[in-house]
Amino acid sequence: MAAISLTINGQLQRLDVDPRTPLLWVLRDQVGLKGTKFGCGISQCGACTVHIDGKPARSCSYPVQAAADKQITTIEGIGTEEKLHPVQRAWIEEQVPQCGYCQSGQIMTAVALLKDKPAPTDEDIDLAMRGNLCRCGTYQRVRKAIHSAAANSKGDGITQGK
Amino acid sequence: MALHKENNPEGGTLESQPLDRQALPRQPLDRQPLDRRHFMKAMGLTGVGLVLGFSAQAGGRGTSVVNVGQEGTAVLSFELHPFVVIDNAGGITIINHRPDMGQATWQAVPMMVAEELEVSLDQIQIRQSDGLRKYGAQLSGGSSTVRTGWTRLRQAGAAAREMFTQAAADRWKVSKADCYAQEGKIFHKPTGKSFTYGELVEDAARLEVPKDLPLKAKKDFKLLGKALPRPEVPAKVTGRAEFGMDVEVPGMLYASIERSPMIHGKVLSFDDANAKKVPGVKQVLKAERPLPYKTCESVAVLADNYWAATQGRKALKIEWNNANYATDLTTDRYFAQLREAAKVPDAPAYSQAGDVKAALGTAAKKLEAQYETPFLAHAPMEPEVAVAHVKDDGTCEIWAPVQGPDGAIEQVAKYLGIAPEKVKVNVPFLGGAFGRKAYLDFVLEAVYLSKQAKVPVKVIWTREDDIQQGPFRPGMLSAMRGGVDAQGTITAFEHTLIGESIMGQVYGAFPAGKPDPWAGEGISHEESPYAFANAKVGFKRVTTDIPIVWWRSVYPSNSSFGHESFVDELAHAAGKDPLDARLELLKDAPRFQNVLKTLAEKASWYQPLPEGMGKGVAIAKSFGSVCAHAVFVKKDGVGVKIDRVVTVLDCGMYVNPDNVRAQTEGNIAMGISAAIKPAITFAGGKAQQSNFHQYQILRIDEMPKVEIHLVENEEAPGGVGEPGLPPVAPALCNAIFSATGTRIRKLPFDLKKLS
Ligand code: FES
Ligand code: FES
Repeated sequence: MAAISLTINGQLQRLDVDPRTPLLWVLRDQVGLKGTKFGCGISQCGACTVHIDGKPARSCSYPVQAAADKQITTIEGIGTEEKLHPVQRAWIEEQVPQCGYCQSGQIMTAVALLKDKPAPTDEDIDLAMRGNLCRCGTYQRVRKAIHSAAANSKGDGITQGK
Repeated sequence: MALHKENNPEGGTLESQPLDRQALPRQPLDRQPLDRRHFMKAMGLTGVGLVLGFSAQAGGRGTSVVNVGQEGTAVLSFELHPFVVIDNAGGITIINHRPDMGQATWQAVPMMVAEELEVSLDQIQIRQSDGLRKYGAQLSGGSSTVRTGWTRLRQAGAAAREMFTQAAADRWKVSKADCYAQEGKIFHKPTGKSFTYGELVEDAARLEVPKDLPLKAKKDFKLLGKALPRPEVPAKVTGRAEFGMDVEVPGMLYASIERSPMIHGKVLSFDDANAKKVPGVKQVLKAERPLPYKTCESVAVLADNYWAATQGRKALKIEWNNANYATDLTTDRYFAQLREAAKVPDAPAYSQAGDVKAALGTAAKKLEAQYETPFLAHAPMEPEVAVAHVKDDGTCEIWAPVQGPDGAIEQVAKYLGIAPEKVKVNVPFLGGAFGRKAYLDFVLEAVYLSKQAKVPVKVIWTREDDIQQGPFRPGMLSAMRGGVDAQGTITAFEHTLIGESIMGQVYGAFPAGKPDPWAGEGISHEESPYAFANAKVGFKRVTTDIPIVWWRSVYPSNSSFGHESFVDELAHAAGKDPLDARLELLKDAPRFQNVLKTLAEKASWYQPLPEGMGKGVAIAKSFGSVCAHAVFVKKDGVGVKIDRVVTVLDCGMYVNPDNVRAQTEGNIAMGISAAIKPAITFAGGKAQQSNFHQYQILRIDEMPKVEIHLVENEEAPGGVGEPGLPPVAPALCNAIFSATGTRIRKLPFDLKKLS
């Protein structure tokens, strides 16, 4: 066990954890942010995607000690139902989720993609999103929602990520 | 909003119907049992001194009452019908009795009730049923929610509405005929005065529940048939929706369980010294995994956090007695047995016509082929997970993503030897299921551990557990024979489906001398009404110890591949266009005809394709709906690329066309995965795939463009969650044959390397 300080969604948290614990389980079970999901544990599915210093990362394979002193953003820090992020709004408009379990990860990756490429092509989307599995098969809608988020938010702050 | 390009009772199609964005619900999702928060909000209560209890006396016949009181104030909540609970502060709750695993029962069930109750979706709260009998069968499976609920749930809404109308008429002392319901109120037409349902509920609850009321015709629907946004979607894009994986109960321990890699092995001994050294590990227990037909052994590590439990599990040393499983539990051996069984044509038949043997004897062209489909894991993105608390008072509470809370009550009660009334089941959202979470081994594992450890226990399966331990979709073989006469008429068709029976293995109830009762779905003459003069469709059982269970669309996910590929082979042998050959053979099946003709038009089937392209068609009826796909592929090196999929689905009347499309998109994705992604294979007694790096599923860059057309008619609703899947693999393989001349008879195959 070790004392570790994490900045999660802008808030500093002090935790006492085994420093090798994957960030995923710390976020979910210690901090109580359950929006980030467990799907495979080996960086193969993307369900656990969060942003670390603005870049998408697989929290299931990211030891918590490596995240100390970095900015961590989870789905809960992206937007709320009262104040949706444009990507979340697009996700609702296109009714992307089926079971919804993979969708936090899909959205985290999409937000990061749009930060990099505000007007992505289908190929850009496929390349950025191919690490996010969806067993329900929502891919066609993920593509559409990313395009519509890009179109809806030309220059209106989608790149802020918050 | 709804854009009907064609809308004729003969079965036109409904063109892309955009989502009704105005109708986005604003109310937050509330999954609290009995809506405590709602009560408190409505009454301005703080929750202090809140009394929540059931009392029988205040309600009318068949209605129960929830009484919430504090210092003289009270909210009375009346169950007018098991599906409709209304309180006198205006809260309207509709029960969803079918767990939502992504198929959108969370909206579909309330929509059916609300249509006749005359309330809009943003006026209601939705609550998941808890398995009690009054809700009827609660298993999400067999694409059955809308099919079985269509009349019953609309009747529920109508009954409650009529009770309110009567109560209002009585209070005003006017004729009931002058009153009507709208948006949660009863209006008196001549005067325009109104009462809300909340104002009427105490009177309404004293009335008899009316039965067999007339229901609205399709043309009068206000909600049904509309692409309304689903109420739980905002919670699912903000990380707030609660899945089974997210349940936390005070004082619970996390468990990770080591089971024999050969599934049925017995624990000879285990050494937990190192496991117990892992900080956070509390207990190591020999444990069990109760399958429906036998119990497997395991060793469980319980810890105060999940990571510690998994680390402790890795540190275990277990010696297994794996009997002969290393040699017996292999897919090679099983498939060899299927091929052997195919040699003897003695299968009991689902349907039979004419004399196949004689027709084959006189056929100008005789075809014979075997098609194989593999074992598959469901691999829902949320692995199996369950929290159980076996309490000191002899009761047990479960929180788990199960497909059926009623089945969970029954199985847990039986397992613990307690009365069903002592089991309470809470069902959060399911992070996918596809049949897997109707198999409750993971729930019973948690029950076992909680009973031993005397605390709530959360069992979390790793992805490796999920992929290696099963149960799986069974691998099957379709033995096909057929004949074409000199005039190019297909005269004989025989399909013998061979493999393990779910009813036989899971329930020990295989009917001797008969075909498996479930495996005829989609291929028996009833559902595949091809007018072959001589035909036989039968089933032959070959057993295996590899655990199996339903997988999305069940047997048709296997059998349609052989069935519809072989129809294609026969069409080519007869020198006919494969779609025309089907139309000819389905001349007495108008819905099939309509689906195929619509598909031909929507997919521009008869238009010549550019060099290097191919097209394939397949059609199947399963779970009450007819679905046909046209798949277009493009040659790409030594393989092909899937260019697009055009689909026509006739599911009769539907609840939400946007969701019907979503489910069909999902079926296409899962159907393609099943065709071209790695299978589950067993060698040396063990599954050779362990996680998504080996058991791959379709990724976004492999998803073709899909275009889905729904048939518009007034037929009874069919299933939606599964019927899109069976025709995917055969349509794809038929397209590959058309592009390359290669006939694929074994799944999975590599799209990039076709020989
Ligand atoms: S859980 Fe981290 S990538 Fe799958
Ligand atoms: S929505 Fe179910 S896994 Fe993606």
